[in-house]
Amino acid sequence: MQASLSLSCASPVISAKSNPALGSFSKSSALRFCGLKREVLGFRSVKSVGLGRIQRSVSRTVTAALSGNGSASKGFDYDLVIIGAGVGGHGAALHAVEEGLKTAIIEGDVIGGTCVNRGCVPSKALLAVSGRMRELQSEHHLKALGLQVSSAGYDRQGVADHANNLASKIRSNLTNSLKALGVDILNGVGSIVGPQKVKYGKAGFPETEITAKDIIIATGSVPFVPNGIEVDGKTVFTSDHALKLEWVPDWIAIVGSGYIGLEFSDVYTALGSEVTFVEALDQLMPGFDPEIGKLAQRILINPRNVDYHTGVFAKKITPAKDGRPVLIELIDAKTKEPSDTLEVDAALIATGRAPFTKGLGLENINVVTQRGFVPIDDHMQVLDAGGNRVPHLYCIGDANGKMMLAHAASAQGISVVERVCGKENVLNHLSIPAACFTHPEISMVGLTEPQAREKAEQEGFEVSIAKTSFKANTKALAENEGEGLAKLIYRPDTGEILGVHILGLHAADLIHEASNAIALGTRIQDIKFAVHAHPTLSEVLDELFKSAKVNCAVSHSVNEPVAA
Amino acid sequence: MALSFSSSLSSSRPLLRRPASAPRSSRALTVQAKIREIFMPALSSTMTEGKIVSWVKSEGDRLSKGESVVVVESDKADMDVETFYDGILAAIVVPEGESAPVGAPIGLLAESEDEIPLAKAQAQSQSKSETQSQAPPPPPPPPPAADASPPSSPPSAPAPATVASSRTVITPYAKKLAKQNKVDIATVVGTGPYGRITPSDIEAAAGIQTKKPAPASPASAANGVAAAPAATGTPPAARVLPEIPGSTVVPFTTMQSAVSKNMVESLSVPAFRVGYPVTTDALDALYEKVKPKGVTMTVLLAKAAAMALAQHPIVNASCKDGKSFTYNSSINIAVAVAIDGGLITPVLQDADKLDIYLLSQKWKELVKKARSKQLQPNEYNSGTFTLSNLGMFGVDRFDAILPPGQGAIMAVGASKPTVMADSEGFFSVKSKMLVNVTADHRIIYGADLAAFLQTFAKIIEDPDNLTL
Repeated sequence: MQASLSLSCASPVISAKSNPALGSFSKSSALRFCGLKREVLGFRSVKSVGLGRIQRSVSRTVTAALSGNGSASKGFDYDLVIIGAGVGGHGAALHAVEEGLKTAIIEGDVIGGTCVNRGCVPSKALLAVSGRMRELQSEHHLKALGLQVSSAGYDRQGVADHANNLASKIRSNLTNSLKALGVDILNGVGSIVGPQKVKYGKAGFPETEITAKDIIIATGSVPFVPNGIEVDGKTVFTSDHALKLEWVPDWIAIVGSGYIGLEFSDVYTALGSEVTFVEALDQLMPGFDPEIGKLAQRILINPRNVDYHTGVFAKKITPAKDGRPVLIELIDAKTKEPSDTLEVDAALIATGRAPFTKGLGLENINVVTQRGFVPIDDHMQVLDAGGNRVPHLYCIGDANGKMMLAHAASAQGISVVERVCGKENVLNHLSIPAACFTHPEISMVGLTEPQAREKAEQEGFEVSIAKTSFKANTKALAENEGEGLAKLIYRPDTGEILGVHILGLHAADLIHEASNAIALGTRIQDIKFAVHAHPTLSEVLDELFKSAKVNCAVSHSVNEPVAA
Repeated sequence: MALSFSSSLSSSRPLLRRPASAPRSSRALTVQAKIREIFMPALSSTMTEGKIVSWVKSEGDRLSKGESVVVVESDKADMDVETFYDGILAAIVVPEGESAPVGAPIGLLAESEDEIPLAKAQAQSQSKSETQSQAPPPPPPPPPAADASPPSSPPSAPAPATVASSRTVITPYAKKLAKQNKVDIATVVGTGPYGRITPSDIEAAAGIQTKKPAPASPASAANGVAAAPAATGTPPAARVLPEIPGSTVVPFTTMQSAVSKNMVESLSVPAFRVGYPVTTDALDALYEKVKPKGVTMTVLLAKAAAMALAQHPIVNASCKDGKSFTYNSSINIAVAVAIDGGLITPVLQDADKLDIYLLSQKWKELVKKARSKQLQPNEYNSGTFTLSNLGMFGVDRFDAILPPGQGAIMAVGASKPTVMADSEGFFSVKSKMLVNVTADHRIIYGADLAAFLQTFAKIIEDPDNLTL
C-alpha cells in the first residue's frame, strides 16, 4: 500500500523523462517491486539529477523494497529480529524492510496479536452493529428524520460471525503483507539468549538460535485480572471471550470504566443488556479529560440502561454455578470495608491489560521488569537492572507500557527502526491520538486540562481553553447527531496546541487534524487559516482553532506555498 | 452558555402581602414588597429536574440583571443561569449538590435589604429542612399546597441496603424506571431471575402498560364509536391470554397482518345484515350456455351485483368520516379470492359497463396475477362493493365482515334444489341460493338493502339482461 502510494507521486517525473524503463516500472506498480532491479537503477539516475524532495524519498523506498529482505550485516543472521507479530511488530517490520534491513519476526501465536485477533479489530465489528442497532431503536431519532422502522432485531451468531470474519480477514491481510515483503515469519515462542542472540521454537520441538544486529521486543499484553476474580470464560470473562459474543446476558457487570469497558457497555446495551459499572476511582472514565468524562456520562451512561458503583473494588467475583448468579463482592476503595454485593448474570473484567513479558529470557541480559513492563529510555532502548542501556535491544508497544495503544506500538517500532538505521528520532507520545469507539465516539490527543494546568504551573505559562459544540455543525445536525463537544487546550502566548479532546459523531476520525498539528508543531495561528470542506464534521475543529485567542503573530512556515 | 430563569412576581402569595416594612415606592407601579423566586429552569426539552452544581453568588450578594447566579446541571450540560432582575440574593432554597424539579423555586431574590428577612422566612417555609435558623419575624403560615418543597429526595435505591436477610436486587433499568415513576422499591416483589426486580416488575407496580400490545388501540376506538345497536362483535381483550403449553407462535405475514388490521378496523363500523333467497334456475341455464365461452359463475354474480348497484347507488357508496356519504362514480366489484396463506380481493373495475365476456377475460388475468402475488395496489384496493362466494364449497349461508372503506359486502351461498310452494299452493323444486349482505348502517338502511336485494334477485331470476 505504502509503496504503491509513493509510486503515484513519482509517475509525473517518470513521464516527464519519458524513460521507457521507468514506464514499464510504473505499470507494474501493483506488483510491489519484486524483481525490478534494472528499473531501479534507471530510477537512481533520475535521482542523481537532483530532483525535488518528493522524488528522492520515493527512490529510497523503491530501493529498499527491491533489495527485499536483503542481506544481513556481517556476522548476523538478520539485521533485525522482532519478537511478536502484533500491530507494533508488523509496523516495525514493514518499516525495516523499507529501510533495507534483513528482518525476521517471531510469533508464537497468531499474526496480528491482540489488536487484530482479540482487541480493536473485532470490537469495531461489534460496535458497528451496536451503532446501527442504536439508530434503529431510537424512535425519537428516526422520527426526526422521517424514517419508519417497524422493529429492529439481531441474530447473535450473525453478529459474532461478523466480528470473527473481520479478524480473520485483517489477519490474513497482515500475514500477506509480511510475506509479500519477504519478512521471515518464524513460528514459535521467542526468547533472548544473550546480547544480539534470540532463540525460538514451538513447545516440544528443538529450538533454533539466531543472531541479529538489533532485537525488538514486541510481545504485547494480556487482559489483567485482579486477584480474587475467578475467570471461567463463561459468566466471568475478559475481553478475549467477550469478543466472541457467545451470549448476550440480561445483566452484565463491567469491572473498569476505561476504553474497553465503555466500548463493551455500548455493545451490550445496544443488544439489550443492562449494565452495571464497577469503578475503583471516584469517577467513571477516569482517564478522560474531566469535562469530556462528564459529558460522556450524560450521553453514554445516564440515558442508557446502565448504573454504576464508583470508589469500590471488586474484591471477589464468583462465576455463576449451582443455581447461583455471578456474585461480586465490593469493598470501599479507601476504607477497604465491604460495601455491597452484586448479583448479576455475567461479569466482564476490563481492568486494563498486563504486559506479556514472561519467558522472554530477560534475566540473561540482566533486565528486570517493573510490574512486568520492560524498562526503556526515550528511544525505546531497554534498560538493564543498573539503569544502563542494553545495546541493540529495544522494546515497543504494550510490553513497555508507555502508551498501550496499537498505533502507538507501531509508531514506536518505526521510531526504533529509524534509530537503528542511524537516524535520530524521538517519538512524541503527546502527538499520539487515542479513541474510544462508543456512539458517539470519544477521541483525544495530548494533555488533559488538569495535566496542562499542572504543567503550566511548573513551567510558568498560561493555559487557555476553547470549545465548540457539534450542535453548531451543519453536517452533525443533518445527521441529527448534534450531541458533542470539541475542546482545545492551548498556550495563548505561543499558539501551541497542548491537547484536543472530542466527543461526538466520528470523533475518532476527526482527531487527526489535531494530532498531526501537534506532531508537526503547527501552531493555532497557522492552522486556523487552513480550509475545511463545507459542510463536514471537520468544521468542528476549524471552529475550534478559529475560536482560540492567540496573542502571537502568524508565523511564516505555513504561508509559504508548499506546492505550486 | 447562559440561560435566564423565568421569574415571577410572588406577590400573589398571601404571605408576601404582609411586608415587614413599608412598601417601597421607588417604582411607580410597585406597591408590594418584591421578592422574586428563582426557578429551576428547563435547560432542555427533556429536562425534568436539575441539580445545583454551585451557587455563583452567596446569600446577601447584590445581583444585577444578566449576572450569573447559579450553575445548574441538567441531563445535557452544566449551564450558568443568570438573573433577569436586579436585587439581592436573599435566600438559597436548594443548596449545592441537591436537585429540584423544573419550575421549583431554588432561591429567592429580594429587591432591597429590607425584604431579606421576609424572604428568608419564606425560604424557610418553603424548604422543609430546618437548617436556616434565623428567627422568622412573622410566623410562617402553612405553605401553599401547590408549592411542595423541591428536595423531597425520591427513592434513589442506593446500594447500602445490605440487610442480611432480604437483599433487594434490582437491575439498572428497573432502578431508573422506579425513580422516574416514583415507585418505592421496598414495596416491589422481584419476579426476575434469582428474585431480582426487573423493569417489568416496576412497570407492573407503576401500572405502566408496555408498548407492545399496540393493537389494543383500534379496539378502544371501537368502544368509543360503536353506539349503534347494529354493531356486533366484542372488542378483543387487551389482556394476554394464558399460553397453552406446546403451542407454536407463527407471526403474521404482511398479507395476514393487513387482513388482521382490516378486520379489527371493521369493528368501528356499525354493521347489519340482510338475507335474501334467490332462485337460480334461469341463471344456471344461462351459465351452462356461456360457460364454454369462458364465463364463470363469479363473473355472472359480479355482473348481476353491478347492475343492481347501478340502480341503488347508495349501496355502492361509502362512509369515510362518519359524517357524510361518499358516492362512488364507478362500480368496482371486489371479489374475495383465497390464495395460499391469505386472502386478496382483486377488483373488476366498471363491472356495470363491461359485458360478461370482457369481465371474464379480465377476471382470469386478475386471478393469475393474484396467485403470483403481482397485483398492483389499484387492482385490489379500488373496490366499492365486495362479493364473497363460498357456494362452491357447499356452504349454504354465511355472513361477511365489511371491509374498510366500503358500504356493503355480499356473501353468496350454494344454490341448492329446494321444495317451494307458490302462491297458488303448487309445489315445485327449484334451485335456491341464499344471499346475505352486510352493510354500514351509518349510510345504508334496512330498506335500502332490501330494495337492492330485490333488484338483484330479479336480475338473477331473469338473467337475459346479463348478456346484453
